[in-house]
Amino acid sequence: MHEEVIAILVLWTFIFIYSIFGSIDFGAGFWAMIYHEHRTSAGKIANRFLSPTWEITNVFLVLLVVAFVGFFPKGAFTLGTVLLIPVSLILFLLAIRSAFMVFSYSVQGYRKTMFFISGICGVLIPALLITVLPVSQGGFISGFNGRDVLLIGKLFTSPSLYMYILFGLTSELFLSSLFLADYSKVSKQEGAYRLYRGNALLLGPLTLVAAVVTLLVLPPEANWLIDNLSDQRIWFILSFLAFLAGYGSLWWRNRDMDTAGKPRLALLAIIAQYGFASYGYGMAHLPYIVYPGLTIYDAFTAKETFYSLMIMYAVGLAILTPGFYVFWRLFLKDKRYLQQE
Amino acid sequence: MDTVVLARSFFGTSLAFHIIFATLGVGIPLMIVIAEILHQVKNDNDYAIMAKRWTKAFAVLLGVAIPSGTIVGVQLSLLWPGFMEIVGKVISLPFQIELFAFFIEALFMSIYVYAADRLPKFFRIISVILVAVGAVASAILITAVNTWMNTPDGFKITKDGTIFDVNPWDAFFNPSFLSSAFHVSVTAYMTGAFAVASVGAYKLLKGKLSKNESVYHKKGFLLAMIVGLLFSLISSFSGHHSAQILHEHSPEKLAAAEGLFETQRYAPLAIGGFTDPKTEEVKYGIEIPWMLSWLAAGKFDTKVKGLYEFPRETWPPFYVHTLFNVMVGIGFMLLGLAAVALFFWWYYGKRKKRPYPRWLLFLLIFSGPLSMLGIEFGWIFSCSGRQPWTIYRVQTTAEAATQSQNLAPLFLLFIGLYLMLGILTILILTSYFKRNPVSKEFEKYSGY
Repeated sequence: MHEEVIAILVLWTFIFIYSIFGSIDFGAGFWAMIYHEHRTSAGKIANRFLSPTWEITNVFLVLLVVAFVGFFPKGAFTLGTVLLIPVSLILFLLAIRSAFMVFSYSVQGYRKTMFFISGICGVLIPALLITVLPVSQGGFISGFNGRDVLLIGKLFTSPSLYMYILFGLTSELFLSSLFLADYSKVSKQEGAYRLYRGNALLLGPLTLVAAVVTLLVLPPEANWLIDNLSDQRIWFILSFLAFLAGYGSLWWRNRDMDTAGKPRLALLAIIAQYGFASYGYGMAHLPYIVYPGLTIYDAFTAKETFYSLMIMYAVGLAILTPGFYVFWRLFLKDKRYLQQE
Repeated sequence: MDTVVLARSFFGTSLAFHIIFATLGVGIPLMIVIAEILHQVKNDNDYAIMAKRWTKAFAVLLGVAIPSGTIVGVQLSLLWPGFMEIVGKVISLPFQIELFAFFIEALFMSIYVYAADRLPKFFRIISVILVAVGAVASAILITAVNTWMNTPDGFKITKDGTIFDVNPWDAFFNPSFLSSAFHVSVTAYMTGAFAVASVGAYKLLKGKLSKNESVYHKKGFLLAMIVGLLFSLISSFSGHHSAQILHEHSPEKLAAAEGLFETQRYAPLAIGGFTDPKTEEVKYGIEIPWMLSWLAAGKFDTKVKGLYEFPRETWPPFYVHTLFNVMVGIGFMLLGLAAVALFFWWYYGKRKKRPYPRWLLFLLIFSGPLSMLGIEFGWIFSCSGRQPWTIYRVQTTAEAATQSQNLAPLFLLFIGLYLMLGILTILILTSYFKRNPVSKEFEKYSGY
């Protein structure tokens, strides 16, 4: 395998991991807002998960940017130039959200505002993040005077963008509902579990519909992508099977509660579903980072840098794994944390 | 304003805002670690209360440090795409390792804050030490990139800009890295200590304290003064070493900092005044003969290069002389202030048994803000003293900047954001500590 392919594989894996964690993180913010004063503990549970974890998820977002710059500097150059406005807006919203998350921890009076801000950002930030996908598939960048410019008008009047956003948001809420259903079950909160399970049951099919419509409204500039996607159809078939398994397991009986469902299994299957689909989509997108002007081969970093980055990722992972393990034990497993009132 | 100036102002504003929180984010964890350790060693609950309250403040500051750091990190690609293209190829390594440091800090900060009551004592100390280590490691790694801009190394570049022969580790350990990273760390520790000292001095000066409170604040104040004195002393030596690195590797910068135009042996040190662009000399400054040569390399006959040695279009702006002077001036002022403060502590407290002089407490209120100002001036000096280059003698700032035209409204949006976050931080900190005064902590405190 070429170094370029390994690099894009690593980067795409990071993007996949972040899209899962990010969905859960931003989705939890959204649900915490919706269920802020709900009679079940659904809001509290979302928030209990969010408090210690959002910083880590945020670091992961920075990791994506850094990995992108390190592996594909030319890609960072193009997307940095073109996406100035949407990315600046993301930064702006992220800053407000993060600040209020911390402030509300110190001063109780800010809690209401925090729930509101974090909930709204939980929708807006993912919507902005996903604009990268339609931009990268071509047709929205024009070069003049030797520099690339984003055709903002064309982008924001394109149905493709809105379908991507819809797909992104339904997926975010689906994944976070599933995760929170599992978290509620571990916390032994049946009311919250029932609520999140219901949300997941509703949202699951919606994500599929959104995905199909997104493909149908792809603009003519993206015909290359459609051709490639159909070559990768095996991954999408696998993805659909994983969806059936995950969705189905929400009806399996479990031993702990009256309400049916094995949410841990469902969550893992749905993550596999997105994993297969991401792999298929990623393969179809190659070799382009931005169609048609920028391939992974044009954008690649210096070979020496690539190797030292890879070594350091291995070292970093080895150092961090125990830390993540302790963290998981304390906040996702420890009954004293999960079942506090 | 043209795009380059706008991009510089925009990025400079983001950095100037971030560096406040980043510096305190390095300095305060050290104070927390010391307090936690003193609590264990002396078995004195006051230190546990200190650690707890400083952690509160630190958590709020971190709430701004993280997003503002995210902004700076991403804005690098947005505002300086040309620069980041070279960075990606040559010096992305420290950025990447910095993330691991950042992960460690964020993980253990969450653990220390949200799980403290479920942790055994020693693990709590380990957590807070890891937070402090993560924080300072982040600062050191980011400094690696900055020093590489000042003294680039580890790659070759052809006339048309193709990069080859990359050695990422040589780029990392570029000539000014160790010296500057050390300087950045110790000045951050010094600033964290003086920030704590400021609060202590204010509390002691305001008075109306119960016996417990007064003892508590005195302990915190004394601890901060000792740490502050120690690190301002180290800072002055490390600053001196950094200047010697300038002499060796960035002679234009040193010449501009000193307003030196003619290359000479026995060069004088110019303190104060300003560089007159018409007559090309320092006006209204005090000159100490031979001193610059001696400082630059330890000998009076050291030849120090003046600006005439270099093409005019590569001269740094003349105002860096003032920036340099203010940075160094503040450093020495704080060193003196801390020494006097501690001497009086011993003299009045231990020998004369008389109250501590109020004028000194008043002056010490300003030590934290002054130290922060020194940091700001230092960074502005380091970066504007490199102009017109972004990467010294490789890439000019104009070549690095974005070509996008929409910067002005975004710049205004972010100025608004920084103002809002700044004001909110102050409001949150004051309202929290007003509602949870230290007297309340004594009541509910029964020890860990």
